[in-house]
Amino acid sequence: MAEEVKLFGKWTSPFSRRIEVALKLKGVEYEFFEEDTFNKSPALLNYNPVHKKIPVLVHNGKPIAESLVIMEYIDETWKHNPILPIDPFEKAMARFWAKFIDDKFWAIWPAVKKAMTSGGEKEREEGIEEAQLHLDTLETQLKEKKFFGGERLGFVEISASLIIWIVVSQEVMGVEILTQEKFPALHELTQKFVHDDVFKQCVPPWEPLVAYFKAQYWGAVAASK
Amino acid sequence: MAGSEVKVLGTWASPFALRVHIALGIKSVKYEWVEENLEAKSQLLLESNPINKQVPVLIHHHKPICESLAILQYIDEAWPSAPSILPSDPHHRAVARFWAAYIDHKLFTWLKGVASAEGAEGKKVALDQVREGLVVVEAAFWKCSKGRDFFSGAGIGYLDIVLGCFLGWLYVAEKRNDVKLLDEEKMPGLAAWAIKFCQHGAVKDVMPDKDELLDYANMVFQAMPKLNGQCPS
Repeated sequence: MAEEVKLFGKWTSPFSRRIEVALKLKGVEYEFFEEDTFNKSPALLNYNPVHKKIPVLVHNGKPIAESLVIMEYIDETWKHNPILPIDPFEKAMARFWAKFIDDKFWAIWPAVKKAMTSGGEKEREEGIEEAQLHLDTLETQLKEKKFFGGERLGFVEISASLIIWIVVSQEVMGVEILTQEKFPALHELTQKFVHDDVFKQCVPPWEPLVAYFKAQYWGAVAASK
Repeated sequence: MAGSEVKVLGTWASPFALRVHIALGIKSVKYEWVEENLEAKSQLLLESNPINKQVPVLIHHHKPICESLAILQYIDEAWPSAPSILPSDPHHRAVARFWAAYIDHKLFTWLKGVASAEGAEGKKVALDQVREGLVVVEAAFWKCSKGRDFFSGAGIGYLDIVLGCFLGWLYVAEKRNDVKLLDEEKMPGLAAWAIKFCQHGAVKDVMPDKDELLDYANMVFQAMPKLNGQCPS
């Protein structure tokens, strides 16, 4: 049967990017539909009526939403080049860490967004402090090499790539959040996602990504004045 | 298999620990249950789950597995003989995982929100949100069950367990707020499912008595009025 694989995503989204990496690792050809999240397509609203969010994978007409769910689907459908470990215990560990990373990100990102879009000095400082509190937890776990020590891209590594978006926001705002001094292990990890040939496919091209968020940031700052 | 090879660290009132009870029951796995005191957590719990320090934890061959959804999938994979917890088809598995995420991230959050809501208006908004969530899950129930008794079909599986563990706490919210949440008129599918779920062989002996749960909740919320409705897990 001819495969039809569609991905509704956004090039600036870490969750959308995860799916592209997974599909590329499996050598699956797909058609990408760039969504404007401020003007969502009828197709997206039809395929993900519950959350109305990207990414959504549509495989032979059947939609799947939620990035970690999609990644597991991809791994189970195209079984070569496994993304998740085969051993049930190792697999459980990978699922645990991916969820941990996502939970921490969803604690960090609103704080970063607050700093990025509030325009006020006090709110910005508060946002940065909040973000650093959560980054501390990630740093501790990564330092103890609990995450992964892998050189290859797997479920946890792909999930962890969203840490780059914190680094992007630093450059956008001209502030320091994830510093090498405070977070050496996390900093080393981010360098991998920027420089390592294999790992860097997890993130979009750097300059355009920074430019995109800079436009959003300065727009919000101007609006708040 | 010797019982001591499988240990579960949990609390009787925890819906997440209940998931593990039920899943092991479905697989007919013998296990040792360790009732934790969340006010004085055991060394074993602190060592087994150093990151979150929460129940449930499944310990199998001395290896700890944390997070109830990861545990459910581990149980299905470590004891692969029938009955299965997750379906075999990748798309059906993805649908089950999607709804499990919705139940945990949305519905459960809203249920917790009922306890922490302030004032009559606040409570009404929180309760309406839970009802709306249940209506969404009702639609999912019809799609997944395809007219059969459970989300997973003829027998209980992943989604049944993921949602079913909250039935006691839904009852608590109904009684404490004198409202109906699982409404037979608005959610006939879920209302009928709930009765069958609670009567299932793998559920009825491990599900906490709902009135005992209510007494417990009343005691906890009375003692700590500022508690933000966290289920003790």
